[in-house]
Amino acid sequence: MKRRTFLDVFLAASGAALAAFVAYPIARYLVPPKAPEAATRRVVAAKQDEVPPGGFKIFPFGGEPGILIRGKDGAYRALSAVCTHLGCTVQLRPDGQSIWCACHNGFYDLEGRNVSGPPPRPLESYVVHVIGGDVVVEKAKGA
Amino acid sequence: MSLNDWLRERLGLEALDHVIEKKRVPVHRHTFWYYWGGMTLFLFGVQVATGILLVLYYRPSADEAYESVRFLMTQVSFGWLIRSIHSWSANLLVGAAMIHMFSAFMLKSYRRPREVTWLTGMGLFVLCLAFGFSGYLLPWNQLAFFATKVGTDIMGSVPLIGPFLARLLRGGDQITGGTLTRFFGFHVAILPLCMTALLGIHLFLVQWHGMSVPPGTEPPAAAPKKEMRFVPDFLLRDLVGWLAALGALALLAALFPWELGLKADPYAFAPAGIKPEWYFGYMFQTLRMIPSRVLGIEGELLGIEGFGLGALVWALVPFLDTPDGRGPRAGFWRVVGVLAMLYVIVFTLLVYRGGPS
Repeated sequence: MKRRTFLDVFLAASGAALAAFVAYPIARYLVPPKAPEAATRRVVAAKQDEVPPGGFKIFPFGGEPGILIRGKDGAYRALSAVCTHLGCTVQLRPDGQSIWCACHNGFYDLEGRNVSGPPPRPLESYVVHVIGGDVVVEKAKGA
Repeated sequence: MSLNDWLRERLGLEALDHVIEKKRVPVHRHTFWYYWGGMTLFLFGVQVATGILLVLYYRPSADEAYESVRFLMTQVSFGWLIRSIHSWSANLLVGAAMIHMFSAFMLKSYRRPREVTWLTGMGLFVLCLAFGFSGYLLPWNQLAFFATKVGTDIMGSVPLIGPFLARLLRGGDQITGGTLTRFFGFHVAILPLCMTALLGIHLFLVQWHGMSVPPGTEPPAAAPKKEMRFVPDFLLRDLVGWLAALGALALLAALFPWELGLKADPYAFAPAGIKPEWYFGYMFQTLRMIPSRVLGIEGELLGIEGFGLGALVWALVPFLDTPDGRGPRAGFWRVVGVLAMLYVIVFTLLVYRGGPS
């Protein structure tokens, strides 16, 4: 190998190594640290009389919104409020018959099954208990 | 020695004089479309000027962003005007950039040796959209919150790198104050840096190659070239357009001041009638209309991959079309251009026809 070629290769390799030494910490810096997984499995979603029959409430559940629906018969039902299409927060239609996402017009039935529009999957369903005046929402076992 | 002579000797202004004196713009039946690049540049200048003014009052945190914009709109003298002009100008800027892009496509300005000019133009257009997307979140209102949720979710659906990309953009798994700070950084530092570099190359190349003359409008070889001087003839016409744009901005800002809306609340539902800025409208409408599954593929994924593929083909058209812009292949790409324009126009209009609520 000629001395000239050797120096060219040496210089290029050194330059590449230096660039990598500068780029690596920057690239790592830009990626946000992993937040510890939210271990929330159970939350008080509302007081027992807070939601009137036929009404609903969006409540925080482990960093994401959940929807608590009270049927006309007074029974509670809770689901994830994150639309399975592109992540907007859903709401109960005024007629109380379906759950709706305003972003791209997706519809779910009250069980959370995707019935029309773009949502590809049903909403995750939660278990509801009424304990001493609190409406407690819990993730289903195995979820 | 006069100050003028003193400066000329030190700054090499003779070279600049030479460039100005030499620069010509071809005159033919499509000359009108040459003004749209300058119009885009002018509106970008308005964005830089008003953006700098807004930064003096804006506070990029979830606790203060909304309040600082409200303060700016209600307490600061002419704060409403500066913000409204910034928002309106952003919309006109994307519109002017679209006209510039589609006219360059239809007039086949991307032909050899201007392939790189076209590619840098595509890059600039993507940067404009990124400016729009990142700036939209900064007032931290309800519409912006969901627009960002949807937008970053779309990025998250990109195969392989999607989830990583979404986390990188959001600065975490959710849209939080951290996302706002990050978007502010993109909007006022990273994107302007990229824009300056790419715009510099784009303008240099336009200068270097001169204006493209569309196929079919070249004068016969024997005839004299029909053209006008850039300074002052073309520039004065440019100025008329810029003045009209400034007037339109003032009118729009005064008659329709940009609304602030409700403060973002991560635990509120998406309001009825929510829609993105008009320039994302055709994508929004498409995603609304695609059913949840098409031929066994998730509709959302199909739509997003379709947009990606479409953008790639659009960017690579200089290498797919004929170099002289003639023949059946050139005709085919002209039809593609018309169909693309029709698609964007029709689907954008569909957003405003009043969907179900």
